Amino acid sequence: MTSLILRTAARYLFPIIMLFSIYALLRGHNEPGGGFVGGLAAASAYILYALAYDVAAARHLLRIDSRTVIALGLVIALGSALVSVALGQPFMTGTWGELAITSTYKLKLGTPLFFDIGVYLVVLGVTVTILFALSDQETEAG
Amino acid sequence: MNAWLIAPVALPLFAAILSLALRTRVRFQRIVSVCANAAALSIALALFNAVRTDGVLVLQLGSWPAPFGITFVADLFSAIMLVLSGLMGLAVAVYGLATMDEARERHGYHMLFHVLMMGVNGAFLTGDLFNLYVWFEVMLMASFVLLSLGGERAQLEGAIKYVALNFLSSALFLAGVGILYGISGTLNMADLSQVLAQPAHQGIINMISMLFLVAFGIKAALFPLFFWLPASYHTPPHPVSAIFAGLLTKVGVYALIRVFTLVFRQDVAFTHQIILILAAFTMVTGVLGAAAQMDIRRILSFHIVSQIGYMVMGLGLFTELALAGSVFYIMHHIIVKTNLFLVAGVVQRLAGSNELKKIGGVYRAAPWLAVLFLVPALSLAGIPPLSGFFAKLTLIVDALRGGSWAMAAVALSVGLLTLFSMTKIWNEVFWKPAPEGKPTLPLAAIPVRERIALLLPIIVLATCTVCIGLGSGWMFDLARQTAEQLLDPRDYVTAVLGVTEAP
Repeated sequence: MTSLILRTAARYLFPIIMLFSIYALLRGHNEPGGGFVGGLAAASAYILYALAYDVAAARHLLRIDSRTVIALGLVIALGSALVSVALGQPFMTGTWGELAITSTYKLKLGTPLFFDIGVYLVVLGVTVTILFALSDQETEAG
Repeated sequence: MNAWLIAPVALPLFAAILSLALRTRVRFQRIVSVCANAAALSIALALFNAVRTDGVLVLQLGSWPAPFGITFVADLFSAIMLVLSGLMGLAVAVYGLATMDEARERHGYHMLFHVLMMGVNGAFLTGDLFNLYVWFEVMLMASFVLLSLGGERAQLEGAIKYVALNFLSSALFLAGVGILYGISGTLNMADLSQVLAQPAHQGIINMISMLFLVAFGIKAALFPLFFWLPASYHTPPHPVSAIFAGLLTKVGVYALIRVFTLVFRQDVAFTHQIILILAAFTMVTGVLGAAAQMDIRRILSFHIVSQIGYMVMGLGLFTELALAGSVFYIMHHIIVKTNLFLVAGVVQRLAGSNELKKIGGVYRAAPWLAVLFLVPALSLAGIPPLSGFFAKLTLIVDALRGGSWAMAAVALSVGLLTLFSMTKIWNEVFWKPAPEGKPTLPLAAIPVRERIALLLPIIVLATCTVCIGLGSGWMFDLARQTAEQLLDPRDYVTAVLGVTEAP
């Protein structure tokens, strides 16, 4: 399927959807949102791109293999859960630290955020892997 | 040691991530597989040792106190199961080095194997019913893909039956969990045992317990819900069916025993009587089904069903001795059954098939393999001094003590019929001459390294079988302590909840 309108729109929509997915991810700590929804939104951006161009182009846009994204996400999630073990607390205990950007502005960072980032990447990786595999077979058959 | 309770789950997850990240490098994945399974076994042994000396271990995940968070608990029963799953994981991982084809390895065999082990270990450790459901699903997903990986026609056919029935089981399990939460407000098993001890809603609780019985009964392949098992276990490659045969149904049995000793113990006369009757039917149908089969793995699959009957029979009798018998039986059965499937794999390699009619003469070609088959086979049938004898003896003695004459008679005659099936395999595969034009290869025909990978796990597991038989006094004491803990869950409850409230 080639449609100039869809292609042009996809090119502009892609960064917007990605930004929104990150917004949903970060918002998830206290409000509706989170890694799962964020990951799905991000995956939908890639799927839109794959629909407008083709799967190869979307793969190229992802830079790394989608299965590597899954592995990366799992490593981050597992790592964030193990931080507390290293500090002598039970697995998955939320651990918080502050990152001083300037003397007045401090960023509060915790392992739940990194866990969520891990989930985000896993969901993105899994969804994209499945849909790429499905659309690959479609092109083979057609 | 408490913090290490996460290791049997986290370690396979880490190994799975490594295998996923390096999915094109088969050699590396094999090394990871053997190392991770060896490490898992050592951790399981360390945990077992800690549980034996210090009592029940508890880990509150995320520091959320029970009953609000998820609790990982290891009592003796869990620790024994962890050791067994570690041992089977290592044995099958080593065995797989020689038997798995590279195509399956490239498509994630190793990763799925780790995920499967993670699910199994998680199910053994969790103290929360919903979390148990999650681990069942992890296990189910991994086993589904393992079963169908390779995409052979027979495999897919088996996988469909397997998945359909197991999804039904999950749905019933989830429904049970939901209703239970509705009436009790908690899903922590230790907390549930406290809440349900108060006599209220007995009718609803019995109904829920039946939902759990059916759900776990499907997983454990109890009568009349077992038919998915013989339909699927003979289709995948041998290492896969060996690990399935050894561990998966036993997770169902574990869940049954856990739930019906800890949570649903108010109306034993009703619930456990049903379990006992189902156990008898399971034993008989399994062994009769096996008698009609002419394929090694099919025969062995039906025997899994009949053996499940013995394990559940101990739960149905619900005395300390009977539960000790169940625990003993599980320890014996997991090792023996995995080993028999591994031997079947070597037979396939030497004779080219697993169908009794098409093969023969294995004794002449590989006499030592015949000996290695004989050890688990006779143990399965319950010939002294091997492990199966003592497991059966314990259960039958208890049945006689309790006056369940019919049960004892069933258990004894099923043992005899098991011997019949094993003799059939022996006669057809090992004793009778090889069919014309299809000579059976000797063991020496397999390259040395592969031969070691194939035979080492079989030898080790056979040694375990003999050792359990010879050291049955020690093993029986262990089983008895485990049964004591199961029947009197105060230690478990105190360890999880901190303090015991008077009911």
